[in-house]
Amino acid sequence: SLCTSNIISNILPPVSLWTGTAVRYLDKKESVKPVISTGSEQRKVQTKSKKTLAKPGVKNIVLVEGVRTPFLLSGTTYADLMPHDLARAALQGLLHKTSLPKDAVDYIIYGTVIQEVKTSNVAREASLGAGFSDKIPSHTVTMACISSNVAMTTGVGLITAGQCDTIVAGGVEFMSDVPIRHSRKMRKTMLALNRAKTLGQRLSLIGSIRMAHLTPELPAVAEFSTAETMGHSADRLAAAFGVTRLEQDEFALRSHTLAKQAQDAGLLSDVISFKVPGRDTVAKDNGIRPSSMEQLAKLKPAFIKPHGTVTAANSSFLTDGASAVLIMSEEKALAMGYKPKAYLRDFVFVSQDPKDQLLLGPAYGTPKVLARAGLTMDDIDVFEFHEAFAGQIMANLKALDSDWFAQTYMGRKVKVGAPAMEKFNLWGGSLSLGHPFGATGCRLVTTVAHRLLKEGGQYGLVAACAAGGQGHAMVIEAYPQ
Amino acid sequence: SSFDLSFFLARTHVNYEVKEDVAVIRMNDPNSKVNTLSVRMQNEMIEVFNEVLANDAVHSAVLISSKPGCFIAGADINMIQACNTSEEVTKLSQEGQKMFERIEKSPKPIVAAINGSCLGGGLEFAIACQYRVATKSKKTVLGTPEVMLGLLPGAGGTQRLPKMVGIPGAFDMMLTGRNIKADKAKKMGLVHQLVDPLGPGLKSPEERTIEYLEEVAIQCARGIVHKKILLTKKKGMMQKVQDYVMGIAFVRQQIYKNVNGKVMKMSKGLYPAPLKIIESVKAGLEQGPDSGYLAEAQNFGKLAMTSESNALIGLYHGQVACKKNRFGVPERPVKNLAILGAGLMGAGIAQVTVDKGIHTVLKDTTVEGLSRGQQQVYKGLNDKIKKKAITSFERDSTLSSLTGQLDYSGFEKADMVIEAVFEDINIKHRVIKEVEAVIPPHCIFATNTSALPIKDIAAASMRPEKVIGMHYFSPVDKMQLLEIITTDKTSKDTTASAVAVGLKQGKVIIVVGDGPGFYTTRCLAPMLAEAVRVLQEGVNPKKLDALTTGFGFPVGAATLADEVGIDVAAHVAEDLGKAFGSRFGGGNVDVLKTMVERGFKGRKSGKGCYVYTPGLKSKDVNPDIDDLLEKFKLTPNPSVSSDSDVQYRLVSRFVNEAVMCLQEGILNGPVEGDIGAVFGLGFPPCLGGPFRFVDTFGADKLVEKMRRYEEVYGNHFTPCQLLLDHAKDSNKRFHK
Repeated sequence: SLCTSNIISNILPPVSLWTGTAVRYLDKKESVKPVISTGSEQRKVQTKSKKTLAKPGVKNIVLVEGVRTPFLLSGTTYADLMPHDLARAALQGLLHKTSLPKDAVDYIIYGTVIQEVKTSNVAREASLGAGFSDKIPSHTVTMACISSNVAMTTGVGLITAGQCDTIVAGGVEFMSDVPIRHSRKMRKTMLALNRAKTLGQRLSLIGSIRMAHLTPELPAVAEFSTAETMGHSADRLAAAFGVTRLEQDEFALRSHTLAKQAQDAGLLSDVISFKVPGRDTVAKDNGIRPSSMEQLAKLKPAFIKPHGTVTAANSSFLTDGASAVLIMSEEKALAMGYKPKAYLRDFVFVSQDPKDQLLLGPAYGTPKVLARAGLTMDDIDVFEFHEAFAGQIMANLKALDSDWFAQTYMGRKVKVGAPAMEKFNLWGGSLSLGHPFGATGCRLVTTVAHRLLKEGGQYGLVAACAAGGQGHAMVIEAYPQ
Repeated sequence: SSFDLSFFLARTHVNYEVKEDVAVIRMNDPNSKVNTLSVRMQNEMIEVFNEVLANDAVHSAVLISSKPGCFIAGADINMIQACNTSEEVTKLSQEGQKMFERIEKSPKPIVAAINGSCLGGGLEFAIACQYRVATKSKKTVLGTPEVMLGLLPGAGGTQRLPKMVGIPGAFDMMLTGRNIKADKAKKMGLVHQLVDPLGPGLKSPEERTIEYLEEVAIQCARGIVHKKILLTKKKGMMQKVQDYVMGIAFVRQQIYKNVNGKVMKMSKGLYPAPLKIIESVKAGLEQGPDSGYLAEAQNFGKLAMTSESNALIGLYHGQVACKKNRFGVPERPVKNLAILGAGLMGAGIAQVTVDKGIHTVLKDTTVEGLSRGQQQVYKGLNDKIKKKAITSFERDSTLSSLTGQLDYSGFEKADMVIEAVFEDINIKHRVIKEVEAVIPPHCIFATNTSALPIKDIAAASMRPEKVIGMHYFSPVDKMQLLEIITTDKTSKDTTASAVAVGLKQGKVIIVVGDGPGFYTTRCLAPMLAEAVRVLQEGVNPKKLDALTTGFGFPVGAATLADEVGIDVAAHVAEDLGKAFGSRFGGGNVDVLKTMVERGFKGRKSGKGCYVYTPGLKSKDVNPDIDDLLEKFKLTPNPSVSSDSDVQYRLVSRFVNEAVMCLQEGILNGPVEGDIGAVFGLGFPPCLGGPFRFVDTFGADKLVEKMRRYEEVYGNHFTPCQLLLDHAKDSNKRFHK
């Protein structure tokens, strides 16, 4: 009905715009500037500030494996599932890939943002469903788009504290279905109806229901503290840093082109195939759509009208997907006969003003985590930044490259500089691969590990922004092969 | 010679830069925080405009201010005040009209890019442009505040606004003079496009926001030239219906009549400006633009010469002066403030403090009292959400700075304590001792009292240099005035600190000397004593109210007594009566005391001079006071009891006392006297305050009247020496 479609377009502005226009430039393929190494030629490794980030007396924690379901545009093949189904698929994929005994895990942690009320501790429902022993405790964490980062770092903390040795962390987001509630007034009436004792009371309560009671309450797309939607804030951020529409469209095109190349070259080895009940087996991300600058230029701004620069095509789209990683103490991993992929090293969480600096997490987190690890920007071989919006990425890069910003807002003497683009998000990013909010963090970390292996680098850096004006950054060190 | 000197003078206020095909005209008055349409600004603007028109490479223009918080704040008031005749002012108006007509008819579209205040002449300039873009900044406000200065929008505003926002909308804007925020302005059709303010980037947020506004405005200017933006919008159904309705002469007549009626009811005919605004709008709509613009210019000239406008402009200047701290910067800013007593006053003070970044402790002695006070603060903030002034999140985070408590914990961190406990010297003494035992040495002790002399309260203090009076007016969040009272012992830094806090709270501040009733209460007391006598003489409360409001007081004397509280009035009358002797006599204090005994304490008790029914706006005279007034009945003397005499009896006692406060040095000057009387006590704004009233009315005429009343009532009406001095020498004036 009209009513439903209105609701949907209200909740899902980016995707409805996206699906309306993006399909047209699906088949157009054009090559773009950056040509990536497929790993055949390994990059020369520079001399590093530090040989390793191992610290005496601190346990080495390793990433053994990372997997994810294909990330799909919401409303497509996963449409009839529930969130824990996706998480379950990722967990089973991890079990399958690692041959991990189902009782060998000490703890399971999942990150998610929009919770399905029936499965609010989605970690527990998914791990039981995936066949893990019911003796393994599991809990769910939330921190907007860095929820699975929190899941991983919680695991790191448990291992460091000597509580656990083996952790499965992951994230899931399912945007094909979101909890749309009755209005507060209606809920109040219904709850009162529950307690009503006489028929008279019941009838009078039913009689008190008005049209206004029937207006549903949608999950907020806006920041609670400021009532501003994220796209709107991203557009303002882009404007604040003087990021042009052209720069954003170019970056979006880059992301899609690189993702397509990576997909075609078979580099996205973290993706597991998933037989969707009642539907086909899904084995590939379906949001990757390299297009042309001309096509991208045609889109109208999605949030700030008419002069904004953020469009559906240069924003990440609403995505369904789940991820999972196996994290262990190095000793345990080796004892169990695993060949770890990477060390998880220093990490930071940062937060700042949710109004004007909502999406600047990477700009704040990167220098901080580098300082913590004692590394410089040049030490990093692989960068994986979460791409919420092309404008947000460009703004963060400009912030990192500005002495004025470093001095005025970060209390630093000089900038750390922007990452070199030839090391940056070379296998695509959230703009093209998709961004299931709760699941992206694990994808970033796994991708860094896989790229380090492929490209032969030593250090990688993950950075991401999140609603609430928060952010995360982590340094990952390649495991000696 | 045809030598044009201005050609050789560099332009300092207006400049422009050509960006490809768009001329960006930037305004920036180098000598002021705000831009005003001064002669200099106007002349340079005309020069620039001519150059822009003559430049073939330029196809459109953007008009923007380089000042972060101000587009144009209005016309230059001094320019108007410098004129001696209405003809001169009319000429000024016509020059403005001509300039804006050229802007309106410009063959090259001009986009006004508005960030910050766009008021009065500034708004008239903007609406003459072809297109308007405004930032959504909190500082961006549009409006026509001329009416508040007793003037009208005299540069085409009365003619353009009705066409732009409709007749009712235009009247609303021009008759209330209220500020309109950007969102509302867009809805009304006052601006075409909004631009969001930006946060941190590669430049400061303010600087970058102006740049961004300019970029968007340039896009708009090009859009208009390339016909991508159409200046004539397709009219919606509602608009068509509205236009049709407004096209009916009868409907318009009804609107004029209606608006006229409302204005007369609210202004009692004491303010000429609103009527002239209606007249000017009407002339334009009914007789065509030529008559309209002529009426606007002539009425503007006439209004500028009225005493009302003079009074209102005086108040405006006074208000600006009373928003400055003449005691300098305090040694340490108040970051932690504690308030004793969570009553109406205490909670009100908390409400205006807590949202200013000051951590506020609200202390009471009972949980009930405290909860009531906390709820008052909460409600005050919550009401702001309903008006969309703040978000619920801002309310919550503001409230996190408020601590409600019953004990003195945390007082060791207080920088200032304001006590708002019961008005009893013994209680105040007890409190000051308790507080001084727990506060740090630098902490200031401010007492909120309306009549008790501060030195008497300070007598119990170990450090009288830190004691000061801060007299707030109820309701604290609505009343603008704060009367600060210093004793001989109060240190300058203590005063500076109290003024700084008051200014943060958004108050207009007068600083007065100590004495019974200070300034405001002392002026009010004799007037209330007279009001009681008038009641005793058989004038009923409704009539008394009508006489006082008819003179220009926003609240009638009887209603005012009910609002203040009959018990408070009785208290004050008795205290001040003791302090000043028979001069403060008039009505019998026992009238008030008997009312209090019977429980008629005013609005708060439901009964006073009137009966108050909750939920009912209208009120009837309290029938139970008839016999009481009968008991205290006085026979009026017909020679001083005409309506006009009753008014002057009330007002002359007020004014005489004010002048006496200046004579005795309680007041620092007539400006603070006028501001205190108007903002604290509702002295008629159209008269500009007691001192301006004496200047305008004539001290000699006032003394003459008082002598006549003195013959009947004695020393209640004896003019003070300073007033006599002014009466003797007509060159002596309080305001130059």
